[in-house]
Amino acid sequence: MISVKHLAIFSLITFISVFNLPVSYADEAVEKGLAIAKAAKARDEGWGDNTAQLTMTLRNKAGKETTRQMRVKSLEQTEDGDMSMTIFDNPRDVAGTAFLSHTHVNTPDDQWLYLPALKRVKRIASKNKSGPFMGSEFAYEDLSSFEVEKYTYRWLRDEVYDGQDCYVLESVPVDKYSGYTRQVAWIDKAEYRSLKIEFYDKRKTLLKTLTIGDYQQFLGKYWRPGLQQMVNHKTGKSTDIVMSDYQFGTGLSKNDFTENSLKRAR
Amino acid sequence: MLNNASTLPRQVLRCCLALVLLLPFASAQAELLGYIGGQLRWFPETALDSDQGDTSASLVLAPEWYSEFNDRNDSINLKLFYRYDSMDSERSHGDIRELYWLHVGSDWEFTLGLNKIFWGVTESQHLVDIINQTDFVEAPDGDEKLGQAMAHLALIKDWGVLDLFALPGFRPMTFAGKDGRLRSIPVTIADKDSYEDSRAKDHVDFAARWSHYIGNLNFGLSWFNGTGREPLFRPTVHQGQTALQPHYVQIQQLGLDTQYIVGDASFKLEAIRREYDTPLASDYTAVTAGVEHTLVGVRDTIFDLGLLAEYSYDSRPAGFAGRLQNDLLLGGRLAFNDIASSEMLFGVIQDLDETESRAIFLESSTRIGDRTKVSIEASIINSNTPQSDLYLGRRDSYLEFSAEYYF
Repeated sequence: MISVKHLAIFSLITFISVFNLPVSYADEAVEKGLAIAKAAKARDEGWGDNTAQLTMTLRNKAGKETTRQMRVKSLEQTEDGDMSMTIFDNPRDVAGTAFLSHTHVNTPDDQWLYLPALKRVKRIASKNKSGPFMGSEFAYEDLSSFEVEKYTYRWLRDEVYDGQDCYVLESVPVDKYSGYTRQVAWIDKAEYRSLKIEFYDKRKTLLKTLTIGDYQQFLGKYWRPGLQQMVNHKTGKSTDIVMSDYQFGTGLSKNDFTENSLKRAR
Repeated sequence: MLNNASTLPRQVLRCCLALVLLLPFASAQAELLGYIGGQLRWFPETALDSDQGDTSASLVLAPEWYSEFNDRNDSINLKLFYRYDSMDSERSHGDIRELYWLHVGSDWEFTLGLNKIFWGVTESQHLVDIINQTDFVEAPDGDEKLGQAMAHLALIKDWGVLDLFALPGFRPMTFAGKDGRLRSIPVTIADKDSYEDSRAKDHVDFAARWSHYIGNLNFGLSWFNGTGREPLFRPTVHQGQTALQPHYVQIQQLGLDTQYIVGDASFKLEAIRREYDTPLASDYTAVTAGVEHTLVGVRDTIFDLGLLAEYSYDSRPAGFAGRLQNDLLLGGRLAFNDIASSEMLFGVIQDLDETESRAIFLESSTRIGDRTKVSIEASIINSNTPQSDLYLGRRDSYLEFSAEYYF
């Protein structure tokens, strides 16, 4: 229960923050931000399902590299967030380990991890998603599907990035367990693809920068990145993800994204 | 190896042979994987029995092979295991961990052959997990299991998953031999096993489980009817010396396992009710309940620290109860989130009845290069009261180092 006192303080804060900004500008930027996010999502509707190969190259400060190999299956959902499964092939001691995610629009995602040595499926607490994925610079949450409702938005400005006209969009995660306070994305106006994303940590300082490129178009409509490079400014470490061998319309269904299918995923 | 293979019932071997003969026709998509490794164990304290050694070196080989065919709707899966141990001939043992055919339908799956099934959520012990026999010589914590023959139908519906099992071919528990550590005093003679049921190992057991999740709550309700995996022990004479004989009796067990996740905490509960036909044992209830709280990026690092607290209760009187009858586990799971996937699990199990009795454990592992995993395990047992469930292991503290190469 929120007490009357708390409510009063809450409305006072709202009052101050609203009146600190030029009202019309703030509203307009928020509206425009949401419109950009919705447009980006709308452009990517109807892709159905896909599979892809994922190669992850982890690089430490000294430039020493190691690679990881996995396969990803994804299924689009219209009523709720998308489903995905990641199956590890390399390193060999974790071969057969698989990760299942049911993204949700309004509630925290459901996530499961299958450990083949124990034949045990572990449900993952939602806060763990801010942790690193497989020792990489990507967090679990960086790899989950994009859903409009997961953030609040603000359009910051228009800017040319890498020779392309872009919207610069700020997204603030709704989930209190997110590892970020905000993200700033450069989205090209022509195709609504994210070209660069900056991640700000809980101290509001720039933690990581992701650059996304080598986009390929599938089914004459849907853009998928070939290369994603994440640089951690705090540690100097970086991770590249190369996605290849995208296949669409592979006939995947909800039955391929259950705990049972996780156990026999390999 | 032969020693254990011969304990498999003949019909199971015949079924396995048929599967092996089918393999050449099933080579649509196949893969070989697994590991080979070495392990050193050192017991610093003098053993209770002069027959028992202090150090052991062992080699392990665990190849795995599978093949998928019929548009990936069918697969044959094989997982073998063999360990050679320098100290204990009973620990030199082999097993067919898995050899099964799996068929996947739209909302059902059918498995025939030897397989391993895990049920449960808690860490200190696995009360509900009952399908497979424990390979006790392999790991004293009970986490290693022997392959179990089964026909297993899983129905995957909107109302959850219903698993139905017919389990022919009972596998007796493995026990350390007279030269080995981590054993009973006097020694348990695994080969002198006896059975309440006249069909002995040929008794067919049945089991069922309904599991489901609703939001952040998942649960499983299970039922088992057949030969209990944990034996009763009867004194006997073996080669002129006192020994213990495992006696396997018929049981009926109901189990509940449930987990509720809220934010960064996960609440876990496992409970069983076991009933016997034999007057040699009395019915009982056992519960393990606890919480795991994860601190992500602890103290501004990339480390995750999971804090574990679990309490275990067993309704049987001390001396007759399981390993944990009124015990508290406090521990931590540290994930370094580095390239080498380094991790550490540590904790203490405190007997709440006997304050001087506790077990301290540490398990840590890391990867060297892309294919080699090394781990260190330590187990320290303090107990000087015979009433304690830990008393038997009071001289069996050990340090273990292992390295495994994955291919």
